[in-house]
Amino acid sequence: MIWLTWRQFRPQAAVAAIALAVVAIVAAATGPGIAAAYTSSGLPDCHASCGTDASNFIAGLNRLDLLLYLGSFLLMYLAPALMGIFWGAPLIAREVETGTHRVAWNQSVTRTRWILVKLGLVGLAAMATAGLLSLMVSWWAGPINHAASLSSGQISGLVPRLDAPVFDARGVVPLGYAAFAFALGVTAGVLLRRTLPAMAVTLVAFAVIQLLVPNLVRPHLLPPAHLTAPVDSPIGVNVNAGTGQESIQLARPFAKPGAWVLSDVITTPSGAQLPNVTFTPSGVELTVLPGGCSGAFGPGLTGLRACRSVLAAMHLRQSVTWQPASRFWPLQWLETGLYLVLAAGLGWVSVAQLRRRRAA
Amino acid sequence: MTNATAAVEARGLGKRYGRRWALAGCTLTIPAGQVTGLVGPNGAGKTTLISLATGMLAPTTGTVEVLGGAPASGAGQLARVGYVAQGTPAYAGLSVADHLRLGARLNPRWDAGLARRRIEELGLDLRQKAGKLSGGQRAQLALTLALAKRPELLILDEPIASLDPVARREFLQVLMNAVAEQELSVVMSSHQVADLERVADYLIVLVGSRVRVEGGVEHLLATHHLLTGPRREAASLPASQQVITESHAGRQSTFLVRSSEPVIDPAWTAEEISLEDLVLAYMGPAATGSPGIRTLEARP
Repeated sequence: MIWLTWRQFRPQAAVAAIALAVVAIVAAATGPGIAAAYTSSGLPDCHASCGTDASNFIAGLNRLDLLLYLGSFLLMYLAPALMGIFWGAPLIAREVETGTHRVAWNQSVTRTRWILVKLGLVGLAAMATAGLLSLMVSWWAGPINHAASLSSGQISGLVPRLDAPVFDARGVVPLGYAAFAFALGVTAGVLLRRTLPAMAVTLVAFAVIQLLVPNLVRPHLLPPAHLTAPVDSPIGVNVNAGTGQESIQLARPFAKPGAWVLSDVITTPSGAQLPNVTFTPSGVELTVLPGGCSGAFGPGLTGLRACRSVLAAMHLRQSVTWQPASRFWPLQWLETGLYLVLAAGLGWVSVAQLRRRRAA
Repeated sequence: MTNATAAVEARGLGKRYGRRWALAGCTLTIPAGQVTGLVGPNGAGKTTLISLATGMLAPTTGTVEVLGGAPASGAGQLARVGYVAQGTPAYAGLSVADHLRLGARLNPRWDAGLARRRIEELGLDLRQKAGKLSGGQRAQLALTLALAKRPELLILDEPIASLDPVARREFLQVLMNAVAEQELSVVMSSHQVADLERVADYLIVLVGSRVRVEGGVEHLLATHHLLTGPRREAASLPASQQVITESHAGRQSTFLVRSSEPVIDPAWTAEEISLEDLVLAYMGPAATGSPGIRTLEARP
């Protein structure tokens, strides 16, 4: 049974091997350059206030490296989906479509063993492929991810590794995604019995899950950290030179390097969210000035004092919820575990369905 | 018949798809040690019956036993039954040699010598992909796979329905040789009676999930007579002669009767009937009143 599974899987395995080889060659060709720049930037020895060094390192990367960095997300998002579509969906559906399951099921091997071996071997191959890809990409992009996590703000649009899409494309989660996408494809194939519809369903369902989990599930895999602090005095007042629009800077930016900020709001004592607040790299700003502040910023400090007492009377609070940077690996393992459990559940559905219904 | 080692034993067997019954209340016994032809019109339930007997389907009602065991109930049971499915499927991307290796790996009783000999006799190229084989060659490959497994029972579902006459003859030749060489029970479904006539010892005519007639081919032919004579009513025939079909043209009547005694009435011209005509007579819809009797009223 192992031989037959391998014999049938050989063409797909060859494609995967070629893809892995191409990624390995590209990583080997460009990775050492990035690593050298990282070493010479002084970041490996930096322990505090490394934001400037990090910015310099990122700014020193060439256009190709940045393009490849963006490409790594595409690769890591597509790989599990493709394995679900081209390995999972046809695994059983194509046999049923071409009638070859009648050949397979009438050798001296029970169909339970038949599907378990197919699920196990090709599923492991999918996980191994995703794992190797992630290993290479994580090694290659390691310096960039590290630099991005050192700065409290964003550098050139690069996000810390705890944020999507970096989190989804690094570490061990791609293994879980690959196992899940594969099991999803197999199950769709078993239920629909036709390859093309199963492929389409796999793609859509996987995309939906990949949208929902980072937004709805991942933030709660571990209880997030909370911080609530009073905001009673303006740090400063900004006047837009073009429009003359005034805004009050209420608070400094949330300064936790590498943190994944889930929510950052200004609330009134009733708990309601204060409207007209924007979050800028320099901090939290109130764009519509409360009465007593508007037009109060002439020369001298009397206006500012009046405004300060108005704000103090409002009893505003800043409330931040975040996952600390140190949660990267715990969250990675938890999410991988979640996807593996889902994959196992789908695998069980496939096996049970084949055993019960005995598809004709 | 309560033969514990019947090839196939079905009791009240039924399979429903949604609201439609593909097979309903089918009770039959297919004897072991013979080549049994299963014949019937499209929709009679032949393929459903075979799918249930090979464990490809689970029954909605009733039970079916194959060689005394539940179909496909385990590796041991699977090893005892060979199956050539309708359309003789094969892995299009795998070569002939791959198929033989598949058989060798998945069957403990695999007869590699037999498989190789058959492929040589057929002149098949081992490196040829199954997807590039002709229909006849693919059917032969499927048959080789099923035979080299050394089963006790071989089940074939319309194996040659889509083949040309030459390929059909060759397939049946290989099958007959195998039956002669190996100790093998065979169940083969077909709607081509002529094909079954060449190989079958025993015949079951299945119409609407029911066995319309069954028996040894020789016995069936010996007990059916086509009688032609002056016009008369079916009811006037002796009780020992069961009328299967009747047709009347002008002053002449023709009856197909089943009788274990020889027909000696001098008013009749008695003719032997071909197996094909016999089966066709049973496959027609039963006339009202007397079950199993079909009336053909030819215009004068």
